[in-house]
Amino acid sequence: MTDQHDVTNKAVRIRIRGLSKAFGKKIVLDNLDLDIHEGESLVVIGGSGTGKSVLLKCVLGLLKPDSGSIQIDGQEIVGLNGSVMESVRRKFGMLFQYAALFDSLTIWENVAFGLIQAHGMPREDAHKIAIEKLSEVGLGERFATKNPAELSSGMKKRVGLARAIATSPETLFFDEPTTGLDPVMGDVIDRLIVQSVKELDATALTITHDMDSAKRISDRIAMLYQGKIAWIGPTENLETTDNPYIHQFINGLLEGPIKVSVTNTDRAAE
Amino acid sequence: MPLLQPLGRLILSFFEIVGRLSIFASTAISHCFRPPFYPKLILKQMIEVGYYSLPVVGLTAIFTGMVLALQSYTGFARFSAESAIPNVVIVSITRELGPVLAGLMVAGRVGAAMAAEIGTMRVTEQIDALYTLATNPFKYLIAPRVIAGVLTLPILVLVADTIGVFGGYLVSVHKLGFNPATYLKNTIDFMEYLDVVSGLVKAAAFGFIITLMGCYHGFHSKGGAQGVGSATTNAVVSASILILTFNYIITELFFSR
Repeated sequence: MTDQHDVTNKAVRIRIRGLSKAFGKKIVLDNLDLDIHEGESLVVIGGSGTGKSVLLKCVLGLLKPDSGSIQIDGQEIVGLNGSVMESVRRKFGMLFQYAALFDSLTIWENVAFGLIQAHGMPREDAHKIAIEKLSEVGLGERFATKNPAELSSGMKKRVGLARAIATSPETLFFDEPTTGLDPVMGDVIDRLIVQSVKELDATALTITHDMDSAKRISDRIAMLYQGKIAWIGPTENLETTDNPYIHQFINGLLEGPIKVSVTNTDRAAE
Repeated sequence: MPLLQPLGRLILSFFEIVGRLSIFASTAISHCFRPPFYPKLILKQMIEVGYYSLPVVGLTAIFTGMVLALQSYTGFARFSAESAIPNVVIVSITRELGPVLAGLMVAGRVGAAMAAEIGTMRVTEQIDALYTLATNPFKYLIAPRVIAGVLTLPILVLVADTIGVFGGYLVSVHKLGFNPATYLKNTIDFMEYLDVVSGLVKAAAFGFIITLMGCYHGFHSKGGAQGVGSATTNAVVSASILILTFNYIITELFFSR
């Protein structure tokens, strides 16, 4: 199921082994193995409810897996909490699906939040960096003192991206970065993501079901199905692979190995 | 068997909630005493809990004091015991009505607002965002609110006590014909240190309960707008019940012979 790819010579930044997570009887992640190498941008694709978000939350330490191992730069993070986990998270930047900006703070305070709270930077210095980062994502200084409620979805995403890159993290995570955006704005966000990852020389893990976005921002793509990696390979191999899961998913076919519930009976049987 | 099963389930879920709440409370308390501290956030919450609650608590207190004087008069007049009105007003207000009514009013205003705010942050992933920004939500969101509640409620109750006694004075002097100087002298003579202290201890406990319930239900809300609505309702109901329960427990501790 795995195609040949050319990033295995780089050191592994995120190593996932035997990761399992279930909610009640529903198994979401099933003994999953995955390596993400330094400086690569890996996109995990898959249908709704296949466990993409759960995988991301486990790596971020927001969900505790039932079993398995997650190593960041060789450090085991499963079971870590408190200040040790916080020190691991200082290396992370995260763009949430709906940006998750803090309503009670202005735009620049949102961007500078990690610098001030987690890195102890004085507000004046953090303000300067926040303005720089906002400018990098195409938002002028006039937006700095606005509240998140005054911005459009696309602008919120850009602010979320500025917040994610403000601390110059080693690893970036993107949760459905183009969801809810028009195609043009989706393209803008994708370009900003590619640019940010390159400039920071960061490792990126993205989850999405937007295939155009996945192709634009990834070096490699992994497909998640029934809690396991059904296919993983370089992005350029996506169109040529004979993997039936990829073929069905990227062509949006109803027939194939991916079972989709389309009737009430099916749903009841799940 | 069919009867025992739901009963068992109910008992198990009760202990599960008690366990979760105890862990949440102990985590919140431990973060109140461990750095980093957020003095600006504590001050902001103190203004939110105390200053903005003054109108509603003040109005409740003044009308309670007025009604207390009026009702006491209609009852005591039958036994020619009208002179005991200042005593009844000061004891009732400082021991019970001041802290309990202020607590219930603040639970409705502040507890609901906290549950809604934190609940919205939960369902919009803002709390997850805090974690990813290496900031502990217990330190940044919960601890400042709990500290503000514990520090502010006693001040609010002191104000409520004063306004409540003033309400009793207004009715007694201007409607029932009491001599102002005598009424004030009797009020001061009957005021006991222990009555005021017990009211303030209750207020601090109620401040803790209100903020803890608001934060707990908000923090664990899920399912979008409906979940936030349920969290808000649960925060107010549970805080109100706990206020009345702890009111009895603290009264027992202070006044049982």
